[in-house]
Amino acid sequence: MKYRSVFDIIGPIMIGPSSSHTAGAARIGRMARKLFGREPKWANIHLYGSFASTYKGHGTDVAIIGGLLDFDTFDTRISESINIANEKGMKINFIEEDAVPEHPNTAKIHIGDDDASLELVGISIGGGKAEITELNGFDLNLSGHHPAILVLHNDRFGAIAAVTQILAKYEINIGRMEVSRREQGKEALMVIETDQNIDVQIITQLEKENNILQVVKVSE
Amino acid sequence: MFRNVKELIELTESQHISISEVMIRQEMKVTEKSREKVMEQMEANLEVMEKAVEDGLKGVQSRSGLTGGDAVLIQKYMQEKEPLSGYLLLDAVSKAVATNEVNAAMGIICATPTAGSAGCVPGTLFAVKEKLKPTREQMVRYLFTAGAFGQVVANNASISGAAGGCQAEVGSAAGMAAAAIVEMAGGTPAQSAEAMAITLKNTLGLVCDPVAGLVEVPCVKRNAMGASQAIVSADMALAGVTSRIPCDEVIDAMFKIGQAMPTSLKETAQGGLAATPTGKRLAEMIYGSSK
Repeated sequence: MKYRSVFDIIGPIMIGPSSSHTAGAARIGRMARKLFGREPKWANIHLYGSFASTYKGHGTDVAIIGGLLDFDTFDTRISESINIANEKGMKINFIEEDAVPEHPNTAKIHIGDDDASLELVGISIGGGKAEITELNGFDLNLSGHHPAILVLHNDRFGAIAAVTQILAKYEINIGRMEVSRREQGKEALMVIETDQNIDVQIITQLEKENNILQVVKVSE
Repeated sequence: MFRNVKELIELTESQHISISEVMIRQEMKVTEKSREKVMEQMEANLEVMEKAVEDGLKGVQSRSGLTGGDAVLIQKYMQEKEPLSGYLLLDAVSKAVATNEVNAAMGIICATPTAGSAGCVPGTLFAVKEKLKPTREQMVRYLFTAGAFGQVVANNASISGAAGGCQAEVGSAAGMAAAAIVEMAGGTPAQSAEAMAITLKNTLGLVCDPVAGLVEVPCVKRNAMGASQAIVSADMALAGVTSRIPCDEVIDAMFKIGQAMPTSLKETAQGGLAATPTGKRLAEMIYGSSK
């Protein structure tokens, strides 16, 4: 079941005009921002399918940038987000791609600053709901049927145990978990699908742990 | 969790509760929130819908200039003349239009189930309200009932125009509204399902062909159609009319039609009304050059 909550259907509260092309796009941008952990200095945004052909009309561009600025779907500053980002000196590039994506509303977001960069692929599946399908080249294989979090962490002993212990404390059952890293001892990624929804307080607590860099809810 | 309309109706019958109550209980279970919290969150959505209708009835204009002001025109006509289709029906139409005009103007709305189809559910609710005089809780429940049917459609078919065409958006929204009207008017859960089925059948095949890719033409008026269709279907179901094709099968048909629909008619602004000479001219006018 991709849509588990009634508020996926009646909601979100958002600024118009399109739930998939505006609200969903803003959510993809905001997830990228949260995974990056700070405001990026540059952003290259590749748009596919219906996103590529209609983004100007739907405000998909201002929505994604609004998300990168950490604006929520109902934040009226979204319509001015590109100007706001320009004032902050963010370098923005939109690329319309011809390739036919698996999902019609697909965006690839590449963001970064002087120290690091991040690349993710997100899809907007309707009604304002969005999913991340790829992160830094890792295919996330999320079912979309369960709540899920992504945990960026340092590849050190104890990091995984710390996360699972906190989840256990709050009686959250892990249905699926995958750990991947590109290089031993460097940055690694946990993909965790759970049976229960994970509250903001738990996410804050996870982020306080040693070696945990970012925690982002990618599916509810 | 109910997976389809059949299971939803069975739950109401075995537990002797309404559709809205099934949805509220399921939401509490899935999100582990108290009844109070769940009701509060829906009340917040209701407030946004109310405000959007109010704003739209005062008159708004979109940036492109393609839409705005029609809700005001309709209300004025209703005050001055006796509308042929009936006051309640046209009231719902004007309030649905009001919501979508606010959406097109990048105002704040509540997606039900999407932004492009956000007018059907509130439009009918605030019109039917004048006649049925519901309590505030009944109005909140209206949204849960609508949400229950929307959830079935979203999980078994689609609520995205890019994936399933307008039938998935305005079609779903109108069906959700019809089912909710039936519950508010005192109909049975089974009659809600009939109203949903009748509505959805009449919007099958509806394509998503927005001029210039904007959620304006024909989206705003499609919501007017959706709201009126919802009220008519609800009345038919309350009269005892049933759909020969069960609701779940209609939803399945909608999904398959959406899959068979060409990409040019699924929110890409490449076919249908978007590809008419006037549609193309408007797009050029808005963007300054052809896209």
